[in-house]
Parts: sequence; C-alpha cells; structure tokens
Amino acid sequence: MSASTLPSELAEPASDHQLLEVSLGPQHPSTHGVFRMDVSLDGEMVVKLKPVFGYLHRNHEKIAEKCSYLGSIPYTDRLDYICSLTNNWAYAMTVEKLAGLVAPERAEYIRVILSELTRLINHSALAGFLLQDMGALGTPLMYAFREREKILDLFESLTGARMMCNYMRFGGCRCDLPPGWIEQTRSLVANFPSFLDEFEALLTGNEILQARTEGVGVLTPQLAVNAGVTGPMLRATGVNYDIRKVDAYGVYGRFSFRVPLGERGDVFDRYMIRILEMRESLKILEQALRDIPAGPIIDPKAKLRNLRPKPGEAYGRIEGPKGELGFYLISDGGPNPYRYRIRPPSLINLTILEDMCLGQTIADAVVILGSVDIVLGEVDR
Amino acid sequence: MSGLDQIFVWIGHRAAGWFPASVQPLVSAVLAIAGVMAVFGTCFALTTLAERKVLGRMQNRFGPNRVGPYGLLQPLADAVKMLTKEDIVPFSADKTLHFLAPLVLTVPVWLAFAVLPFGRNMSAINLDAGILFFFAVGSASELAVFMAGWSSQNKYSLVGAMRAIAQMISYEVPLVLSVVPVLMLAGSLELNDIVAAQGTYTFGGLARWNVFTPWGLAGLILFLIAATAESNRSPFDLPEGESEIIAGFLTEYSGFKYALFFLGEYLGLFAVTGLAVTLFLGGWHAPFQWLEWVPSWFWFAAKFGALIFLFIWVRATLPRLRLDQLLNFSWRFLVPLSLINLLVAAAWYWTGAWKFPVVAPIRWLLCAALIALPYHWLGRALRGAMPPPRKYIYAE
Repeated sequence: MSASTLPSELAEPASDHQLLEVSLGPQHPSTHGVFRMDVSLDGEMVVKLKPVFGYLHRNHEKIAEKCSYLGSIPYTDRLDYICSLTNNWAYAMTVEKLAGLVAPERAEYIRVILSELTRLINHSALAGFLLQDMGALGTPLMYAFREREKILDLFESLTGARMMCNYMRFGGCRCDLPPGWIEQTRSLVANFPSFLDEFEALLTGNEILQARTEGVGVLTPQLAVNAGVTGPMLRATGVNYDIRKVDAYGVYGRFSFRVPLGERGDVFDRYMIRILEMRESLKILEQALRDIPAGPIIDPKAKLRNLRPKPGEAYGRIEGPKGELGFYLISDGGPNPYRYRIRPPSLINLTILEDMCLGQTIADAVVILGSVDIVLGEVDR
Repeated sequence: MSGLDQIFVWIGHRAAGWFPASVQPLVSAVLAIAGVMAVFGTCFALTTLAERKVLGRMQNRFGPNRVGPYGLLQPLADAVKMLTKEDIVPFSADKTLHFLAPLVLTVPVWLAFAVLPFGRNMSAINLDAGILFFFAVGSASELAVFMAGWSSQNKYSLVGAMRAIAQMISYEVPLVLSVVPVLMLAGSLELNDIVAAQGTYTFGGLARWNVFTPWGLAGLILFLIAATAESNRSPFDLPEGESEIIAGFLTEYSGFKYALFFLGEYLGLFAVTGLAVTLFLGGWHAPFQWLEWVPSWFWFAAKFGALIFLFIWVRATLPRLRLDQLLNFSWRFLVPLSLINLLVAAAWYWTGAWKFPVVAPIRWLLCAALIALPYHWLGRALRGAMPPPRKYIYAE
C-alpha cells in the first residue's frame, strides 16, 4: 500500500522503501484450497513467505481414535481426496501389521493396480493444475481431466464411487472385480501413452513453459532430505528413494519398473519426473493386469467389525502419489485405536516452501506451490 | 461497383437526405457513429460468446449452451447479470478515480474506430494522420488501467496496475515500430491511402497485400504479438494474471463497471485487429482479383474474424510469461527486430528498382534472409546460453 495510507509505526525506518505484504489466500484462485501464504513482496520479488495452514482442519486423527478400525476407512478417503485409494491402502496396511492379517494375493494385485491408476490420476491432474497456475487457461487441465474421467469411471464400476472409493479393507478388499473390468483397464492402459505423448507434445517442448520452470524453485538434495521431503519432489532432486523399491511392500517386488531421477530439482524436473513416473506406472499396470491371479480377495481371518488387535503399535507406509504416506497406530486392545497418527506427504513437502520461494517472483511462488502438489484435505486433516 | 458493396454508404446517404442540408454533415456523422457502435457493440457480445465456445471446444467441453439455441442468448444473460449485480466501491477507495477509470478506458477506445476503413468508402472520417490519431487515442488505456489499480486501494490491484503500466509502455514501442514500414512504403499516414496502396493485383490476380512481402509478414507477426500484449490477452495477461494476483487491477470492480472494463478491453482488441487488417492484410480488398465481386465489407469482416479467432486460439494454447521475461521479450527481441524490419522495408524499396529476369523470388528471399537471420540471432541471445538437454537417469 502507498506510504501515506500506512500507519507510521509500521514503516521501516532503516529502509528507503517498504515491502508490500500480501496475504495470498485462504481464498485465492491458485492456493489449491484454503491455504494461505503471507508474502512480503519487494516489487514482485518474494522476500518473506509464511505458509499458514489449518483452515481445513477437521480433527480427523482424534475422531479416528473414537472410531472403530473399520469406521475410519471412509474418513481416510477424505485425506487426499484426489487419491482416496492409496489412502485406503496405507491405512489398511497399517491395521494389517497391527492385527497380523495378510491380504490374499489377488487383493494385493488389485491394490497395486488401483494404486497405480491413482498415481496416473494424481500426476496428470497435477500437470494440468501446474499449467493452470502458469496461466495456461485450462486447456492442459481439461486434457488431463479427460483421462482422469476414464479412470474414475473404472473406479466407479468397481467401488461404486468415483472419488471417495472406500474400497480397501484390512485383510483384503471389499469386493471382487466386476466382469470385464480387467479388459477395460487393459485398454485404458494401452491408450494412455498416446495421451501422454499428446500432452508432452503440447507442453514439454513449449518455450514459455521451459522459461517459466527452468531454475525456478530449486530444491537441493541436502535440504530435501533434511526436511523429510518424499515422493516426486525428492526424486526430482536426484535422490533415489521410492518406497515401492525400498520396502517392496505388497507385491511390488514382483514387477520390473524403474525410478526416474531428476537432475536439478527445479519445477521443470518436478513436472518431468511426474510424466516419467506415469510411464513407469503404465509398465507396472501392464504386468499386474497380466499376472493377476484368481482367488479370494479378503483374508478369511479378518474380522472387519469389532476388530480388537492385541496391544501394540504399527507404522505402515506406502509410496503415495505425493510421497511417503504413513499411518501410525497404537492399540490398547480396545475396539478403536489408542493413538492414530498420519504422516501426510503434502504437509511435510510444504514445509520448505519458503526456502524454495525466496528471491523468486510472486508468479514463481504460485508455480512452485503448484509443483509441490498439495491437497489441503491431507495438509490440514 | 455492385450495389451490395455500397449498400451501407447508400443507406447512410439516403437517411441523411431526409434532413435539411444544413444539418446533413452532422446527421451523417451521427449515423456513422451509431453504425460503428452498433456493429462493434454486437461484435463484443458475440465475441464473448464465441470466445467461450471456441475455448470450450478446444478444451473438450461445450461452452455455454443453456441460454437460447446453442447458447446464443448467453451475452444477454451476462448483461442482465452484470447490470443487476451490486456495484461495490471499497471503503478506502478514491471514489472519483474508481468511478472514472472504466469510462476513461471505454470512451477513447471508441474513437479509434473513427479512422478505420471497414469497406470501400466506409470510414467515418478521413484523417490525414489517421494512424497517429489511432495510437494517440489508443494509449489512453494505460491511464485508465493505472487509475483503476491505484484508486482501488487494493494490493492486488496495485501490483496489477504496476504490471500493466510496465507492459503497455514496453509493448507500445514495438506496436508502433512495426507499423512504420507500412507507412514508409505507402508514403501516407492516412489509412485509406494505405488500403489503396495494397489494392492492385499481381501474378495473375493475387493481391498485393503487405503481408505477402517479407517485411510485411514480419511486421504483421510483430504487430500481432504487441497487440496481444497491449490488449492484456494471454499469454501476456499479467495485469490480471488470475492465478497470481486474483484479477489485477479489476479486483475491486464489480457489476457494470467490471463489464465496462471488459467492453473496453475487447474494443481495444477489435481496434488493433482492425488496424492489422487494414495495414497488413489489404484492408477491405479481396485476396484474388476474381473475388472482387464480393462486397468489400465482407472481406474486412472475414479477415477481422480470422484474426480474432487467432487470438482466441493463442489464448487457449499458451501459458503466461513472467514479468521480467515479458519485458525482456519486448526490449531485447521485439524492439530490435522491428527496427531491423525498417531496414528490410528499405531494402525492399531499393530492390524494387532492379530489372532483370526472375527478380521477384530473388528479391523476396534476400529480404526474407535479412529479417530471418536477426530473428535467429536475437532469439538465441534472448534465450541465453541453452542449458544442455536434461538427462533423466533411472534407478532400477
């Protein structure tokens, strides 16, 4: 604001010019929900940035402690509402660890298929949103959403819901695949590369996209590791850390796929890593759809209602589309967890926002935020 | 000339003829103004609809199709909505400036249409310095945008206004410079003369438009880029960069004032598009001699529509530039290139005197090389040292 309208005590005496303090959000077109950035601007340059979150806090962790183990599964859908199935999986896996259940092989394959489809949804939508933040008026986003719709149709035919799937259970999955589902998925997987090629032809070589992303929001591997950043954000800095490889949870050990690693850790790398990861996901999907065995889809020992695990604790983690998604549960032998805690990748990846944004322009800050890939449902819980 | 070609001129004369001779000049002026306002006002309404429709189609969706057949009445619904919305003036705003800004934007923009020739004998006034007049009234929009941004007392508005000023001043220069070769070759500042200079045919009936020369093609491209930036359209829509600063200088405007800003921006776009048609695309002339029988105003409208479609297409395609990139692009690329284009136009003029067989392709290629090589070098310089292509290693 102009000097005349500011109270004199707010003026900085040492400086000959004042900073413009802007509160971006919680109602702002590109904060991806109700997220706020308190930004101090010197002209267009960001000199201070304070992320403020909590506007979407809904007490998820405490509610889950009052809820039965089964009752929390629909809640986990609402964490990262773009990727409900991976949330389901992480939670189901933790309860399985806690209660000593083992999901049948077919269920594990279904989980892998659904989780990789979710990754396709997340990454293509992210690329669209990122371009939206750059000002590409919706065209990439609509192209991405066209593909997302096809995958959501598959989810709908399997689980009955498009986004809030509520599908996985500890010990397996809720229901078996409907007839023809595998074939539909196979044809989707076969057609997806042509979408990726089209998308890349539109975007990756675009001069404006390169100019807007190269060298913007550089994250060093040291800072990324120290801050606990995971997922594509971390791999874009060149650190080889993919929990699908590290833990080989589920049946991931049986598939051959590669982990793309970035070079410089800027926004372009983060965009590109996600595109490359989608191509690897397609490989996993092809193999899983080929190898999926017949059999039961849920552990017969699993007691969905009134599950009372022995006292103990468990931490289960998966490689969610956004990074390491972990659930930590303590059981005291009762019907509901004594302690329920989530490690949300969005929140942890967001903590280094200021480090990436300082010295960049306000337009870059928006793009950097977009490249972090946050969903506020998960950040605020 | 066919009757259809001159039908609007004829109607104007007949209507003015009903009045006493003393007021006839005034009446014909008023009729011309009314005609321009009616046509381009309708054009504004239709373009908002067409833009949303075309954008929709390019984005795998339908666009507006609820109001009226094919959504044709959508502009009316929008107008009603805009008129009935509450007109909010922020408490701390400078109320006079806040009120004046949309008017200051909209009124001078109408003036620019006065000098454009929309068809044979169809320009409202024949000014000797028509182009100067056009740019003079066109540059009032900078003032309006800054008034809007400053008077709103909103941080986003202020940032948007600062961006707008930097952008419009930077792109005014290549906009004007890219026009200068046309003036040099036509030897006149009057738009009717410039159209007449493109009115002859060559090579068995192909029109001699400026765009078919190397300097004309380069000039048109430079002009269109600068015009995109001048009218704040994507990829140069930084002043209202939605994803960064909400709506820029428009943030604190609502209701009909907001609609007026929209009107002003679209009219500014129409005006520069009309100028591009006039200067580079032969104005109202037909592209081929055997098509001369089609009314002249149809050709103007067709070229005008094609360029508007081009603008919409660009908007659907490109992401936005950053402010520093935007300014660099203007001062380090467009301005030098448009200066070089002056020299190319001069070379074209001199080589016009050459007399030997197959002179035309040689002359064309020579002048094209004169503009293509600087384009290449300037582009390389602007891009900076190209980083080596990235290699993404895969961990097994």
